[in-house]
Amino acid sequence: MTSLDTTSTEQRSAASRLGGLVANALSAPAVAPLIALVLTMTFFSVKSDNFLQAQNLSLVLQQVMVVGVLAIGQTVVILTAGIDLSVGTVMAFGQIVMTKLAVANGVPAIPAIALGILACVAFGALNGGLVAGLKLPAFIVTLGTLNIAFALTHVYSDDLTFTGLPSELLFFGRTFELAGADVTYGVVFMLVLYAVTWYVLTQTAAGRHVYVVGDNPQAARLTGIGINRVLFSVYVTAGLMSGLAAMLLVARTELGDPNAGQTTENLDSITAVVLGGTSLFGGRGSIIGTLIGAVIVGVFRNGLTLIGVQVIYQYLVTGVLVILAVSVDQLVRRRRL
Amino acid sequence: MRHEKVRHGSHGRIGFIVALLGLAAVAALVAATASARSTATIKVGLITKDVTNPFFVKMKQGATAEAKKRGAELLYAAGKSSSDNAGQIAAIENMVTSGVKGILITVADGKAENPAIAKARKAGVLVIALDTPTVPKSATNALFATNNFNAGVLIGQYARAATKGKTVTIAMLDEHAGSSVGALRHNGFLKGFGIKGSDSQIACVGNGEGQVAPSQTAMENCLQKNPDIDVVYTINEPSAAGAWTALKNAGKSQGDVTVVSVDGGCAGVRNVKAGVIDATSQQYPLKMASLGVAAVVGYAKGGKKASGYTDTGVNLIAAKSVPGVKSKSVAYGLANCWG
Repeated sequence: MTSLDTTSTEQRSAASRLGGLVANALSAPAVAPLIALVLTMTFFSVKSDNFLQAQNLSLVLQQVMVVGVLAIGQTVVILTAGIDLSVGTVMAFGQIVMTKLAVANGVPAIPAIALGILACVAFGALNGGLVAGLKLPAFIVTLGTLNIAFALTHVYSDDLTFTGLPSELLFFGRTFELAGADVTYGVVFMLVLYAVTWYVLTQTAAGRHVYVVGDNPQAARLTGIGINRVLFSVYVTAGLMSGLAAMLLVARTELGDPNAGQTTENLDSITAVVLGGTSLFGGRGSIIGTLIGAVIVGVFRNGLTLIGVQVIYQYLVTGVLVILAVSVDQLVRRRRL
Repeated sequence: MRHEKVRHGSHGRIGFIVALLGLAAVAALVAATASARSTATIKVGLITKDVTNPFFVKMKQGATAEAKKRGAELLYAAGKSSSDNAGQIAAIENMVTSGVKGILITVADGKAENPAIAKARKAGVLVIALDTPTVPKSATNALFATNNFNAGVLIGQYARAATKGKTVTIAMLDEHAGSSVGALRHNGFLKGFGIKGSDSQIACVGNGEGQVAPSQTAMENCLQKNPDIDVVYTINEPSAAGAWTALKNAGKSQGDVTVVSVDGGCAGVRNVKAGVIDATSQQYPLKMASLGVAAVVGYAKGGKKASGYTDTGVNLIAAKSVPGVKSKSVAYGLANCWG
């Protein structure tokens, strides 16, 4: 009896130890997306000679740059268990503000860019004020500002496209050569933004507070963290990122487009965050994972074209990956409880 | 208990005031409707896919001007996005209720609005599809539209003549899967160019959503697949603008690539002038709408119901004409552009 019991316990513990190892490896938030990215890239480099060239990879980064920056703001918001549906249309508004001021109103480029970014920050402050101050649900607040920014974009632009932009507005679209590839300054800027956000989130008290507020608001309150201040600041950050993304979008497309950013950018940014392993329930996730999540989507779009597969399959694959990512998150959560 | 009663009382008072205000509002509405009816102006409804697309803005402009000219009243509504079927159905129902004689509609979907359209026609309303045909076409009384296939044929012929019959490498930037207008233009281009969809000269078919940024991305990926691309078909002019940015960044000059497009919007024609687009098929939304309003007013005054298909025409606009293909000048294009 005794020996039998011991054996089965040992077996059980061995099995659970193995499961624990796997779960622990996957529970570091950026590991699962990194594995997915490596597998995807291996697949495409086997299938297409053009894929693994520096120039092509640089292109993929240029294509994910705008959503990548929006996703930074989305990540810090989601870490507090919030959501920001307005990032895409707020970006569109900022983009129209900077191009219209520069082209139609003759405002010098740098102040025009600054005012465009400021407009986006104002939207972030509105979101943050309503969520933190009035305790309104983030989903509803940002659904509201999504529509407000959409309307303002069309009203303010008169549905005109603004071209003939001054060269300062195009700076981040300019390239320099690195390892035989043309890299845009915009991509470098995005990577710097990720590095700064990583530092703030992991190495500073303010960053750790974002995690605590999302993970356990009661504990946060008891330790004296100003929850409202943290919540307000993450939405303002998201507004700031929308403004910076607007600046990058203008530099990439070389015009101010009233129809930009209004289709799926907000959902694309959430997709990047989820694929990157950040939990929609807050408190768990990593900014590096988000970058990987954004890149995975871009890699599929680019790779499928290179191997001649219809782009519609990109959406199919993205859908499957999102569900997988959320499943991993749930698995990890259950093990932790 | 007392406390409850007091609260109930104050609620009752507020409710009473709200009800009074509501009644007053209803009374005002009824009065307004009655006075509107007494003037007996002919009402014409216009429903577009969305309110933001310059194409529809121009359509509304044409309808408003024609309605004013003929002393009719224009009611305008649109979906929230280009695929908002529920919004369009609600608009049809509301317009029928308000007593319109006819509805001009650019349907968001080939089939989704048909039941609502059928109810409107049963109520004696003349329904004319503008720009986009319903499936089947007989769901509406008439269709006033560009022949999108023909628009594609013209730019296909232009691209063929401009490349002088050489073997070329083609990229095609479509709108998205399932776009009926997109399929007509795509197939028209192939017909005009004289090739089949399976032709080996087609290096890449991408989805650009008919928008600048996604088209730029699609073009970049096509160029990665095959950098020799020298003919680019685009579903519309924003798509062509995005494609050009990608081509330019890949080191192509305007002489290297023949870019063709469809629409004839003002920004697009200016891009023809600038050499970004070599040729575009121009269509005339203002004409669709003004013909539509005229047809409804004519019917309301005892005339016949419009029926069948009316081609509102399409012209090829090119900065450089090519032998064997008729085209109009950029000046003509700018004088007749929309947006």
